[in-house]
Amino acid sequence: MAKKKHPHNPPTEGFTRRGFLGSVGAGAAAVATGVSSRAEAVPEITEPEEMVQLALSINGRLHRLLVEPRWTLLFVLRERLGITGTKAGCERGECGSCTVLIDDRPQYACMTLALEAEGVEITTVEGLLDGEELGEVQQAFVEHDAFQCGYCTSGQVVSAEGLLRANPAPTSDEIRHGMSGNLCRCGAYQHIVNAVTHAGANRKIGGGS
Amino acid sequence: MTDKHAYHIDGAVPETPENDPNAGAWQETSVVGTRQARIDAYERVSGTAVFPHDVSLPEMLHGAILRCPHAHANVLEIDTTEAEKMPGVRAVITGKTAGADMPWYERGGRFYGRLFDDECRHEGEEVAAVAAETPLQAFDAIRAIKITYEKLPFVIDEAKALEPDAPAVQEGGNMVGEPRVRERGDLAAGFAEADVVVGRTYRTECQIHAPMEPHGSVARWDGNRLTVWDSTQGVFSVQGTLAKVFGLPMSNVRVIGHYMGGGFGAKLETGKYTVVAAIMAKMTARPVKIFLPREDCFTVTGNRPGNTMKIKIGAKSDGTLTAIEYDSLGSTGAYRYNAGTGALPAYLYQVANVHAIDTTVYTNAGKARPMRAPGVPQGAWSLEQAMDDLAAELEMDPLALRLKNIPTTLQTEQNPAFTSPHLRACLEKGAEAFGWAEAMELAPDEGHLKRGVGLAAGMWFYPGGPPSTVIVKLHADGSANLNMGASDIGTGTKTWAAMIVAEELGVPLAKIQVEHADTATTQYATSSGGSKTVPSDSPAVLAAAQAVKHQLLAFASEQLEAPVEDLELRELEIVSRSDAEKRVAVTEIEMLGRRGVIMGTGYRDPNPEDTVTFPFCAQFCEVEVNTRTGEIRILRFLGAHDSGRVLNRLTFDNQVFGGMAMGIGLGVTEERVLDRQTGKMVNANFHDYKIPTMLDVANDHASHPVDQPDNDFNSTGAKGLGEPATIPTAAAVGNAVANALGVRVTDAPLTPQKILEAIESKRKEA
Repeated sequence: MAKKKHPHNPPTEGFTRRGFLGSVGAGAAAVATGVSSRAEAVPEITEPEEMVQLALSINGRLHRLLVEPRWTLLFVLRERLGITGTKAGCERGECGSCTVLIDDRPQYACMTLALEAEGVEITTVEGLLDGEELGEVQQAFVEHDAFQCGYCTSGQVVSAEGLLRANPAPTSDEIRHGMSGNLCRCGAYQHIVNAVTHAGANRKIGGGS
Repeated sequence: MTDKHAYHIDGAVPETPENDPNAGAWQETSVVGTRQARIDAYERVSGTAVFPHDVSLPEMLHGAILRCPHAHANVLEIDTTEAEKMPGVRAVITGKTAGADMPWYERGGRFYGRLFDDECRHEGEEVAAVAAETPLQAFDAIRAIKITYEKLPFVIDEAKALEPDAPAVQEGGNMVGEPRVRERGDLAAGFAEADVVVGRTYRTECQIHAPMEPHGSVARWDGNRLTVWDSTQGVFSVQGTLAKVFGLPMSNVRVIGHYMGGGFGAKLETGKYTVVAAIMAKMTARPVKIFLPREDCFTVTGNRPGNTMKIKIGAKSDGTLTAIEYDSLGSTGAYRYNAGTGALPAYLYQVANVHAIDTTVYTNAGKARPMRAPGVPQGAWSLEQAMDDLAAELEMDPLALRLKNIPTTLQTEQNPAFTSPHLRACLEKGAEAFGWAEAMELAPDEGHLKRGVGLAAGMWFYPGGPPSTVIVKLHADGSANLNMGASDIGTGTKTWAAMIVAEELGVPLAKIQVEHADTATTQYATSSGGSKTVPSDSPAVLAAAQAVKHQLLAFASEQLEAPVEDLELRELEIVSRSDAEKRVAVTEIEMLGRRGVIMGTGYRDPNPEDTVTFPFCAQFCEVEVNTRTGEIRILRFLGAHDSGRVLNRLTFDNQVFGGMAMGIGLGVTEERVLDRQTGKMVNANFHDYKIPTMLDVANDHASHPVDQPDNDFNSTGAKGLGEPATIPTAAAVGNAVANALGVRVTDAPLTPQKILEAIESKRKEA
């Protein structure tokens, strides 16, 4: 993920606190690329109340706002911007209710700091609508009843969209693996697999998006 | 007879006003019984549905609750000075705060604790709360509150709770009431008659509801009027509690729960967090939102108790059951509820001699709440595995053994008849669709991957009934509004209700708007729990639609100058049976045009007397066990459910598969782990507490409903489904695993470790 230098808070030499948090928040991919040892870091301390100016590109629209460095993307989406389609389920990277696309890849918004989401394209479930019309994954979820209470559904839909962008014709096994990071306590899993299979087939016929 | 209090629906059957006497049961249906996408699907997949957690009001504050970190402790001192000075803090409350000092956990007129109790009886008990400008400020502030605790001895083990020197969780000892006994016949005589007797001790672990939307509320006052948005299964239940707590008329308390992100029984009770939010909202004159962190939803908002169940079954050599002895122990946690599991072993099969005893104890752990068929999946885990043991001992097919002992009456001394005794149909239909006979013929696997098949049956003990009041309004343009108080907890309530209106009035689903789950704008309904929303509310919806139809026909009769008996409503047109020339579109009925609306009110008629109505079910599964790693893969699952008439086949199947997922959790993946040293839950998160993912459920699901309308029971002929769907699941997996391995693991969940230990013990025996 692209890390962006911040004009209001230029990074100090070496390893910054924000850089460290950013790497951790980015998840396994960042860890795999190797973050140098914690011991050599000289953390730049940012007070919790210190607000930082930020521009986030969400569903194709640029939002400029002030954030506390500790605010997650999930918090900013829901509590600051009122984009509440993205749900808070555990806020610790375990349930997938807050899944958003970051440059086409499904990511947990609760494990992504708002600061590290600058300079990338964020897509929430609302961003999959075409005006008032449902996107094809959303439509497939409707037709296959791929939800019950609907609380995990935004995350499921976004996760499915990410999966299909990477792999337009996933097998049933690929769907199960690709979406196993999205919990559904109502247990609508079979219908979700049906919906994603169907949406994938449609996308293939339609030439992909 | 059954656990009347399982869902806090107390008291006698209410008086019900009379419905339209001309209404009859459906002969054929064109909408009801089909597969219909939900009428609120758009909102749920687009992100536009506003769940309580999404509610954000002007000037709204965020609350957080400070919880006791110990399993048992006295609060000696609370120092809130520093917290009160923290940035953004607007209110700090404790049990000493005026208005917050109130009793809590009422059962049978007695209170077992306080809103903020000086004695904390389990980890996570509420000690203080804060409201601040942002959620993070609120959490910062509760961390700044200084509490001095006196740690007390605790007990978390159910058996140890009954030892004489065990720490007392509640005054008067650790027994919760008297043990519940279900008995009939002569047990000793029954066992004397038996040719074969089998028996074992089974165990299930404590399961957490874990709905995806955390528990929480938003509270706002306007003078002496309180409005609450709550993630609840029953807005009227919450309204009643809040009115009582704040001394308000019910009309001054509005509870709204249009969407809610799952409950499974955990969201039937009014939460302390709701009252705490309302108290702080009153103090600050600003709306307050409290949603619990996920960790708290594991420790304090309810669970299905763990149970130790000893079962012994006797049968004649032809498979006829002669006696069942059953002894279950479970814990309700620190506050009163019940952990009984004896209903299914006592009632599922025809057997003359039964003694089933349920003992419930207090322990220093979070309070149990009803969880999807309280007690019954545990009873199935023991009974249905014991039945397979018995079948093996008798060298009978497990299916044949069950078919030999099908009851047509409820197995109590009164022996009332079932209105729809379809356990046999479930077993036979399911077995045929699954290919049970063929599956039993398959040769055992040679390699390290062993396949096995298993089945289990079940019944559910809550039929539903009055009260329910529903209003249907037909507008002049032929569109309709359906007004009902029930919550749609994800089961598709709004959709089947609209389908009934569509069926009866011919209004297309797209022209029906449903208003529900709002105490200010809809009619009283009982909470959505107990699988009773369909059987309780669907007849009231039908009666309301029929009341509209009755008026329409009367208006048309005047307009067409034809007797009402000669008229029928077809697809929004009223037609004379005798004279095809006499017809009028509903939208052309003058009286409807002039009035603008026709309103029909429907009530739920009482259930028939002297009979009993319960849903039945059977589930079948195939598993593959890796004997090297101990892992289980669920290959396929099939449910054959008798829930009376199927209203919406699409959501019906979804419900069946969802119940299976939760049952796989109970049987294979889920377990609350309390640390023996500290009494604290060590896996209060989704990483360590494993609810099934898409990879843990079957690859292949099938649903084969019996679909026999029970017209003796109610006017729609529909019975409940949500809870039956999870009752036999874990036991079916247990039986399939035993079938695969040739050895039974009696303790759920079936972890790889337990599987490997069982394989090892079998190897040693051989």
